This record gives sequence, structure tokens and C-alpha cells, in this order.
Amino acid sequence: MEKLIQLTLSGVANGAIFGLVALGFVLIYKSSDVINFAQGEFLLIGAYLTYMTVQQIGLWWPLGVVVAVLLAAAVGVLIEQLILRPLIGEPAISVIMVTIGLSSLLRAIVGAIWGVTPRAAPQFLPRETVTILGASVGVDKLWAIALALILFALLTLFFRRSSEGIAMRAVADDQQAALSMGISVKRVWAVAWAIAAVTAAVGGILLMSIFGGVSGQIARVGLLVFPMVILGGLDSIPGAILGGLIIGLLQSYAGGYLPPELGMGEVMPFIILLLILLIRPYGLFGQTIIERV
Amino acid sequence: MQSGTFHTNYASDMALRPYWPQRIRIVLVIVLVLAFPWFADRYWLNLANTIGIAAIAAIGLNILVGYTGQISIGHGGFLAVGAFSAGLLAARLNMPMWITVPVASLFTAGVGAIFGLPSARLKGLYLAIATLAAQEIIIWVLNHGKLLGIGESLALPRETTNIFGIPMIGNTDFSFYWVIMGSLVLTVIFVSNLFRTRAGRAFVAIRDQDIAAQVIGVDLFTYKLLAFATSSFFAGLAGALTAHYRGIISWERFTIDTSILYLAMIIIGGLGSVSGAIYGAIFMTLLPAILSNLARALSGTVPQINSYLPFMQQGAFGLAIILFLIFEPEGIVKMWRNVKDYFRLWPFSY
Repeated sequence: MEKLIQLTLSGVANGAIFGLVALGFVLIYKSSDVINFAQGEFLLIGAYLTYMTVQQIGLWWPLGVVVAVLLAAAVGVLIEQLILRPLIGEPAISVIMVTIGLSSLLRAIVGAIWGVTPRAAPQFLPRETVTILGASVGVDKLWAIALALILFALLTLFFRRSSEGIAMRAVADDQQAALSMGISVKRVWAVAWAIAAVTAAVGGILLMSIFGGVSGQIARVGLLVFPMVILGGLDSIPGAILGGLIIGLLQSYAGGYLPPELGMGEVMPFIILLLILLIRPYGLFGQTIIERV
Repeated sequence: MQSGTFHTNYASDMALRPYWPQRIRIVLVIVLVLAFPWFADRYWLNLANTIGIAAIAAIGLNILVGYTGQISIGHGGFLAVGAFSAGLLAARLNMPMWITVPVASLFTAGVGAIFGLPSARLKGLYLAIATLAAQEIIIWVLNHGKLLGIGESLALPRETTNIFGIPMIGNTDFSFYWVIMGSLVLTVIFVSNLFRTRAGRAFVAIRDQDIAAQVIGVDLFTYKLLAFATSSFFAGLAGALTAHYRGIISWERFTIDTSILYLAMIIIGGLGSVSGAIYGAIFMTLLPAILSNLARALSGTVPQINSYLPFMQQGAFGLAIILFLIFEPEGIVKMWRNVKDYFRLWPFSY
């Protein structure tokens, strides 16, 4: 029972972070039909930028985090303007490949600046443990869950209340109609990339704080995004969050209960991915209008 | 475009290389390939062999992605299947290379067809993501391959590298050069002719418009599976050759980065073109090699350059993909055609 609670809480913490990353991915896909293979590298950038502002420059940590997140947003907008914009109207394979090339380039830049050896990260989340129902759980995980929930709430408000958010939903719904209503689709794309970069950066910062270190391994979450978004439905924002939570929980249980030498945690999301694609390709909440053969 | 050519019989109309400049060029290439190993040292022979193996796999991938329009991010996994099935046959059953390589290629074709099954229901992005899952699952199986008897890596016995019982002696780079180039030439001839058969034309029809292809009588499912199988056959061939050439294999050689490398080759070379796949293989193999030579040359003046070399190579790889996609999406094939057109129309090109 203790183990179950422990695994559940760490699964939910990881899952909430995964959900943030998947949310950015879905946002880009919904508004511009781009499959972003570089989402994992945004985590890397967020984590390393925070490492730079807090550890290397020595800013007060909330300020450092804010600066890092703003810088990550700028990187997102820059990438959209410079690299994705010229590829509008190109076939899917080109768009996929350009984000793959981008992920390689970003990893190289991060590696050249900060090296490949893992670095001890600034820890701003409290490290002590509390006992919940007899199981001791790290407070940092609870903080991660709370912060992810706050961010989800803020984004929901943004999409429901602000005119920018409503414009984004309009573009996702029908690009032509949005254009004819005077919405700037280009601006919406830029905002989508900025939000995707920000959510991924926050995810990276939270993961860094939980691991207590930062290394290239963080970018591995970028591939895990695919099982999450397919599970939730490629074009559904609640689906992305739920998909992230489910994959996080399943990974945690698989790692905790199955023999560790099997390494089931790594491969299980992809087995689920294949099954879902074969049985219900539009996922839990996706629109059922995906192209069928 | 070449203009002013009038074919008077079917044979010349169907010819793969109808023009004299093309024939002269192909003879030059053949002479170069035949002469190269007599002058090259081991470093260049090794590079040429790497390029040859990469070209075989890239041509195979181009059948699937460039000609049939089915995106696969799982080709690294198929290469691994070829390499490990050849490796296991050689290491456990002591089978010689001339048996293991064809058997491994056929087996990989079968595995490829199985992972092609989702293409019955999925296309485009969804299929690409399904092949990504195939990649991760295959590598996981090999990584946890205690059932198959694979440890961290698999060594192939030296005596299995023989052809019809004749052992390959002396400089293995030199003797493998002929094996690899022979396989590459056979691959090129097979694939060039494939697209003049019913199956090949069906592939192209599926790529261009799948519904129209179905209407004119192409069975989508069969031909998609056939495309996956053919493509994986060449991946298996490349993997099996890698296994015997290197003598030791491990799953780390076939991760998703490998799949991406091969996709990059055909994108940069030119989708839907056999020569494009070869150009891409040459470009993507020479790029890191040239960078490391450059770094060695500069290490005297800039001492810390060697520690940045891996990042330079990775960054150049990503940058090459991005720049090609933005500025020349049709790849090196198109650039080469532009060069030829420039000289053909010179001095009145416009």
C-alpha cells in the first residue's frame, strides 16, 4: 500500500510534467499541423537556461526562472519565424524532418555550451519528505504537481477568456474562417510556439529540480510525448494532459512492480502507442476525422 | 529538360540512360569505382565501404518514403534486425556470410512487412508515429535480448566471412569493398528496374494519390506491405553487411538516430530517386569525416576544437537538413540537374 501511494504520487508528478510538454506539442499541432520532434529539446533549453541564470549568473531563483522562461519563449518564436515559416505548404515529411534537424541542432548547441556531463542543479523546491497515508513522499513532487496544475488553470483561463486565446482556438478550429474574421494566423502560430516553449521549459525546470541535476537525458521526454498525445488524441488539449498523466502513472507502476532488469518503463509507452494506433487512432478525445485509408 | 529527342522504338523509349552524356558519365563512374581501391588507403576504403552500406539502406528507404510515400522512422530498427539475424546465424550456427546475408535480408523483409501492417489503417503522420514505436520496440527487444543470447554486443566469428567457401584474406577493407560494391550495384540495378514493373508503378501511384490508385485497380494493402517488405529487405542487407564487415555489433549502432540519419540522406539527396539516395549517403558520410579532418588540421591553432567536434558534427547534421529543406527541398539531385542545365544552355541560360 505504501509502495502504491509512493508510486502513484511520483507517477502523477512525472505525469503532470509530461502533460505540460504534451500540451505544447498539441498546441503547435492544432494551430499549424506541425509535428514537433524538437519538443524534448525545449525541455533541455529551459533547464539549462535556468541553470545558467541561477547557478552561473547567480540571480535570485524566482527571477532566474522567469528570465529563463522568457528566453525560452523567445527561442520558440525565433524558431517559428526562421525555420517553420518558409516550409508552409510543404509535404508532411519535410516538416517532420525540419523539426528533427532542429532537435539535432539545438542539442548540439546546448552540448557545445554546457557540455555533456550531468551538472548538479540549483534546487529551489524543498527537499524534505512528508508522510501521506503511511508513505513518505518528497515535497518537491507535490510542488511539481501543484505548479503544473496552476499552469494548466492559467492556460485554461487564457484559452477561455483572453482574445488571444480565443483567436488561437478559432485558428485551430478553421483556419480559413479565422483568416476571414481578421485573425492574424501568423501571430497565432508565433504565440503557439512561444507557449509550447514555455510549457516545455517549465517541465524541464521541474524535472531538473526533481532529479537534482541536469543532463541531456531530459530530452528523452521528447520521444515519450508521442505515446501521450496519441493516447489522448492528437488534437485534444485535455487529452494531452490526461495522456501525460496516464503514461506517467503507467511508467511509474511498470518501473516499480515489474522486474527492473526488463526496463519495461522505457518500452511500454510505445507498445501502448502501437495498440492505440491500431484500435483507436484518434485516441481518447481526438476528433474522429483523421484520415483513414 | 532535354528536348529535341525523338524515340523511334520502344527499346530506346524505355532505356534508363538514353543520352550519350549519361552513358559516358556512367562509364566514368564504373571506372572510378573499379580503380578506387587500388589507390586508396585503409581510411578511404573504410569510408567507401561505409558509404556503400549506407547507400544500400538509403535506396531501400527511398523505395518506401520517396516512391511509395509512406514515412518510416523505424529503419534503424530494420537494420538492427538484419544485423542481428545475420550475427546470430553466424555466431551460433557458424553459417558462412554468403548464406547469412540473404537469409537475414529475407527475414528482415518479413519483419518489415509485420511492422507495415498498421499502414492498412493509418497514413501520413500517424503511420510515421507507428514506425517510431516499431523502432523503440525492436531496440528494446535487442537491448534486453537475454532470450536471444545477446549480451552487450555480439561478435561474429572471423571464419564465417567467406564467399562460397573461399575465405576473405588479407586486407578485409579491400576484399569487403568488392562485396559491398557488388551488392550496391545489384541493388541499384534492381531498384531502377523495379519502377518499370507493375509493382513499382503501383508504389508511385499510391504515393501520388492513393484513392485514385485504388480506383484503377491497385490493391493498397498488398502493395503497401510489399513496399515495406522490399524496403526492409535492403535495410536487412545493409545491416547484415555491417555485421560481417565490423565483426562486432551492438544495439547502440541502430538507435533512432540511425533512422533519422537515413531519412536525412534521402531528403538531402532527393526523394524518389535512386541516384539521390546515393548522393545523400555520400554527403552524410563525408560531412562528419570532413569536419573531423578539419578539426585535426586546426587543432594546432585552436587547441580546444577537438572537444567541440562531436557538437560540430551534430550541429552540422541538423543544419544541413534545415538548410536543404528551406533552400533546396528537392535535394542534391535537383542541384546536380541545375548544374547540368546551366552547361547545356550556356551561354544563353535564363
